[in-house]
Amino acid sequence: MDKQRIVYIKSLIWFLALLPLARLVWLGANENLGANPIEFVERSTGTWALVFLLATLSMTPIRLLTGQIWQIQLRRLLGLFMFFYASLHVTTYVWLDFSFFWPDIIKDVAKHPRILVGFAAFLLTIPLAATSNSFMIKRLKTNWKKLHQAVYLIGILAILHFLWLVKKDVTEPLYFALVLFFLLGIRLYYKYQSKFSKLHKGVRI
Amino acid sequence: MVIISKSDANPSNIQPSEITPRLVFEDRRTFIKAAGFGLIASSSILLSAKPRAAVIAGGETKGAGVLVGRANAPATSEKVVSKYIPRQKITGYNKTAYGAGEKLTKYQDVTTYNNYYEFGTGKGDPAIESTLFKPRPWSISIEGEVKKAKSINIEELMKLAPLEERIYRHRCVEAWSMVIPWVGLPLASLVKWAEPTGNAKYIEFISANDPKTMPGVRSPILDWPYTEGLRMDEAMNPLTLLAVGLYGEVLPNQNGAPVRLVAPWKYGFKGAKAIVKIRFVEKMPLTTWVKSGPNEYGFYANVNPEVDHPRWSQSSEKPIGAGLFGGRIKTKMFNGYSEQVAQMYAGMDLFNNF
Repeated sequence: MDKQRIVYIKSLIWFLALLPLARLVWLGANENLGANPIEFVERSTGTWALVFLLATLSMTPIRLLTGQIWQIQLRRLLGLFMFFYASLHVTTYVWLDFSFFWPDIIKDVAKHPRILVGFAAFLLTIPLAATSNSFMIKRLKTNWKKLHQAVYLIGILAILHFLWLVKKDVTEPLYFALVLFFLLGIRLYYKYQSKFSKLHKGVRI
Repeated sequence: MVIISKSDANPSNIQPSEITPRLVFEDRRTFIKAAGFGLIASSSILLSAKPRAAVIAGGETKGAGVLVGRANAPATSEKVVSKYIPRQKITGYNKTAYGAGEKLTKYQDVTTYNNYYEFGTGKGDPAIESTLFKPRPWSISIEGEVKKAKSINIEELMKLAPLEERIYRHRCVEAWSMVIPWVGLPLASLVKWAEPTGNAKYIEFISANDPKTMPGVRSPILDWPYTEGLRMDEAMNPLTLLAVGLYGEVLPNQNGAPVRLVAPWKYGFKGAKAIVKIRFVEKMPLTTWVKSGPNEYGFYANVNPEVDHPRWSQSSEKPIGAGLFGGRIKTKMFNGYSEQVAQMYAGMDLFNNF
């Protein structure tokens, strides 16, 4: 894939990725966010963070399944949009939901595992976003890859955060869990298979 | 796919195009096909799916069989109100001093932001999914520890005592709240009419459970029928109301038509909706939410800012209608009704009896 085309695709991602935010701004400006607008914004930004997380995590499986590698170049952009929506999500919680009232926020995070795992997931995204530039990639060398494997943990924590939110009907978080399960499963399968084939070759010799 | 004939449709003749765009259904198919591969696309489709209505199209309901939880109310609640709620005034009720000075939650919020899992787990589902529900004719059977089992129809019930308007605060266990002008009568007047025996220590309320008109009960999210209960003294408390209307109008389906329980010092889920059966019993009934999560929901479920839900805080609440920048307000003990109800729990450990 030539460079020009990647630029086009990246522009398209920029455009699409900002649509959910534009929608929230539009609905907010028209007072159309429903009866519980804060919850609406929390839910929306949280879900979109999760969508971009899963999108980021699907670049490698696409390579494993199809042999294509060009899409790896989109991974950073998708990951940063994940961070963007996660930041909006946390900002909504801290600002709109809790009006920066830290005693209540600290109590909420410490007392409730649901908030705690969500908060932990967000904290983990910060070093990943900070080291996503080319300079840090070069500087951290092999450690960069190790650090960025934290994204698997972030995925699991984020799903738990969603799962523990719902009172009874877990259908929606389960959809996301299923996608995450496949994305991680494909990786494990290929990792395991390549190890196995190496071992197999060894036996033959 | 559940088939509902056209004759069952609400006479208001809802055009399917007005409820759920065809694209949503087609998108869902695409999602199923694409699952595992087109991950970006499929996730966004998942999100764009609107609450599915029991849409009558070509003689079948689409989507009503599968309900997906969704906190987001449809952003067009005004449209929902004007299209789906047949509004009918109640005549001859008395205004009361209850809740004087409280700022009412908008009608459109009260009727489009509901927890009523019989019509779906999304807050916007009940307003749209309850259009097939028929709240009349209606009768409630009175059973258990009473002189004689009998039944009462909704018209007779509404004449047991003068109807009153009472403005009550409504606090949901999910930490949001409303202020609602109910129209109803004290539960005590029905209890007296029922003539319970000396063995009656608790009352069990059983809600309607009709898979034909209540799409939510087709999935076993809760153990249907919905069951709630009160201790006898709680039932007799003057605050406890059987609501048959709100905002001076006949109770809309999504708010529990034709008759629902309102105990304003308890979390909203205690208010059984569309009551079909009332049983007087000796032992504390096992209620639906207690059955579904005994460590999260208790029988008493009194509003208590000191006792958190295991997964979220109960010390504050979001008032519905306060807007995007409205923040939270502090939750009050017994939802601010201590004066009227605290004596019933004197000496009781409210942490363990949550």
